[in-house]
Amino acid sequence: MTMEYGGVWNGCLEMNSRQVIQLEFFLEAGDFSTAGEASSQIKRILQQIGVKAETARRIAIGAYEAEMNVIIHSLGGKMRVAILPDRTDISVEDNGPGIADVKLAMQEGYSTAPDHIRDMGFGAGMGLPNMARCSDEFSITSEVGVGTKIRMVIHHP
Amino acid sequence: MLSGDGMEEYFHSVRLAADRCKGCVNCIKRCPTEAIRIRGGKARIMQSRCIDCGECIRRCANRAKTAITDNLSDLEQYKYNIALPAPTLYAQFSPDIEVRAIIKGLLALGFDEVYEVAKGAEYVSAAVREYIAQGKFEKPAISSACPAVVKLIQVKFPELIDHLIPLDAPVEVAANLARVSHAGQIPSEDIGVWFITPCPAKMTAVRQPLAGEASAVTGTISISEIYGRLLKLITSGANNVEIAEKPDSLGREEASSEGIGWAIAGGESAAVVPKSTMIVHEIHSVSDVLEQIALGKLKDVEYIEALACSGGCIGGPLTVENRFVAEHNMRKRLEHLQKQEELQPPSRIPSPIALKVTKGFEPRSGLKLDEDIVTAMKKLELMQETLRNLPGLDCGSCGSPSCQALAEDIVQGAAREADCVFKLRERVRDMAREMVDLAEKLPQSMEKNDAGREGGDGI
Repeated sequence: MTMEYGGVWNGCLEMNSRQVIQLEFFLEAGDFSTAGEASSQIKRILQQIGVKAETARRIAIGAYEAEMNVIIHSLGGKMRVAILPDRTDISVEDNGPGIADVKLAMQEGYSTAPDHIRDMGFGAGMGLPNMARCSDEFSITSEVGVGTKIRMVIHHP
Repeated sequence: MLSGDGMEEYFHSVRLAADRCKGCVNCIKRCPTEAIRIRGGKARIMQSRCIDCGECIRRCANRAKTAITDNLSDLEQYKYNIALPAPTLYAQFSPDIEVRAIIKGLLALGFDEVYEVAKGAEYVSAAVREYIAQGKFEKPAISSACPAVVKLIQVKFPELIDHLIPLDAPVEVAANLARVSHAGQIPSEDIGVWFITPCPAKMTAVRQPLAGEASAVTGTISISEIYGRLLKLITSGANNVEIAEKPDSLGREEASSEGIGWAIAGGESAAVVPKSTMIVHEIHSVSDVLEQIALGKLKDVEYIEALACSGGCIGGPLTVENRFVAEHNMRKRLEHLQKQEELQPPSRIPSPIALKVTKGFEPRSGLKLDEDIVTAMKKLELMQETLRNLPGLDCGSCGSPSCQALAEDIVQGAAREADCVFKLRERVRDMAREMVDLAEKLPQSMEKNDAGREGGDGI
């Protein structure tokens, strides 16, 4: 059940008598060629269902930062997106290596990205702070050797 | 003839000459907003999505796509007519032909006065410089000079509207200035202000201003419409006699290289001189860059010069000269002008009128599936289900630009699954099988007879 542009369309289910659009994206470590596709696709869907432009943009930027983080820093992972009439819920899970000091990682400008990544214009240490800024609810948990979990909830006004 | 989706609230200048349209899929495949469908063998433009970029005019081999513009005969309706030539008009001629000669040609063509749009571009350049220097904007600032780009943002990237520089385009500034100089002398309704345009988007912007304020421009006349007659007047030199009584425009200082340079990609940036700039032209490339900005990129860029036509306005669909030849002409002209300006710098008088800051640009909801979010979500689900059953070849034979677009059209009730030639064939095959199947099943009474004949056991 693959959508035309790469994401997996998990269907639009009735949950608690409410409509939900669920999407799942598999993110491969180091695969820059598809970076941004998931976010653009999410934004397109939000536009089609009529979510306000400014809100759709925050969601897309948050999703993009998450996508990039998994591609740059992790061993791969996936992003699940649930779009409801009143909010978008994004959860990202990767397969490691995990963040030793989450507090430090959340600081603006802090980055562990190697030089070749920085040369590409990424790794400015703004990823996690940006994600938090774009979200109405943000949480991050990480375990070294296991992986990192991020959840972003953005309300549709 | 082009009722489209019935969204009559938008005026468009790109139209279809139905008798010339063969129903081929060239235009639907190239439209940057997927605004065209083939229905009943003819192209139809969806008014809510069309951005008047003119890409379809360029792609149509049958010349079935046209742009509605005004004609020189419309000048008769006004007592006093002012021509506003886009700097692109100059690029249609050899750099040896002076701007002054082109202005004279326009006067001989029947205009009472000429006001160069390049002059307006100079004032806009100064205003943009100031806007950027103040720094109170969301980076990157996107130029609002190209109306097709502004509309692309309104339709496809509404989240970027705040990035657009809230200033009038050079033509609007020029029109206001041209009118102001006659205030109190000629009643405003007696003045016809005509933009000599390289593109249909500018035409639409005049009829239906992008930011909802009335335009000071009366109408637009395409460069291709007047080119032949203008060329004749300029090269024959026959224009000198008649224009002796029209001194207004000839006494005025001519536009400088800064304003004239706006005709080619990079010209705006050269005039605005931002700390960091990005120049992008050709509508699909512009769309790609906007997609990047929408993802939060390019925040380090101060100014984006985005132009719908390849090469800038000189690549406009209503021009005559080849885009590269026009660019060459323009570069030569600019070189020459810049040399002159070194000796005698242009006066750089500040704008005599305050540059109107437009009310701001409104988003358009061309992509929304339904006004109600839950209904829209249901439609989206149905769209995905429909898409799964389509072949995914994006051939366009159904009249929609891609399988995805067909799925959307089906959900919106504007197309049927059988419009897909592959689905249709599948159904024909299934029907044929069923017919063969049925043909072999004879009624009991006949089967008995048959069996009797074949069996020959003579019951």
